[in-house]
Amino acid sequence: MRLELTYTDITVYALILSVLFDMFITRNSLLATLRFWLSYAIIVPFQLITNWWLTSREIVTYNPVEIIGIRIAGAPIEDLIFGFALILAVMSIWETLLKKYSTTRA
Amino acid sequence: MLLFVIFGSWWLEFAFKIRVLRRPRLLFMAILPVSIVFLAWDAFAIQQEHWTFDSAQILGIFGPLNIPLEEYLFFIIIPIAAVLTLEGVKVVMKRFSR
Repeated sequence: MRLELTYTDITVYALILSVLFDMFITRNSLLATLRFWLSYAIIVPFQLITNWWLTSREIVTYNPVEIIGIRIAGAPIEDLIFGFALILAVMSIWETLLKKYSTTRA
Repeated sequence: MLLFVIFGSWWLEFAFKIRVLRRPRLLFMAILPVSIVFLAWDAFAIQQEHWTFDSAQILGIFGPLNIPLEEYLFFIIIPIAAVLTLEGVKVVMKRFSR
């Protein structure tokens, strides 16, 4: 069964959900913090290196039908959005947990 | 080969581990819900063939939902690396603000 939901579509949804999650559920608004963007700036080059590695060796192949076609370091631009959404969601929960539990422990 | 990449990011984590992480339970709680969502996405993408893996270059061990072992590891290791990076950045920022 093929669903009409491309990689591009899902990354956009994931990005929106992740941003909304950070703003309204955990209420951390990490996107407004310097620490988030500094961390992201460190992470991105590594993601580009591994993306390039994985795609140039054809370890992972992206279906051209499912992506918009813009590629950075071999991997579709969608992959960067996917990574951004993943990292934002994890960091956002992490910060909430830190606030919740580190005061009692420290 | 994918494993090679995983070890590539593993290192990074060790470098930061010295400074930060001693809270495996918190880390687990932060990663689990996100990883479940993203693994569901991965399962869907694999089923729909949004992406395919070269069978000669992966271990060939598949977990539930036809997801290769490497992908499961990815969704554990990458979030840990992200949190370590964030905490590392916080430490450095604190130093500069002093």
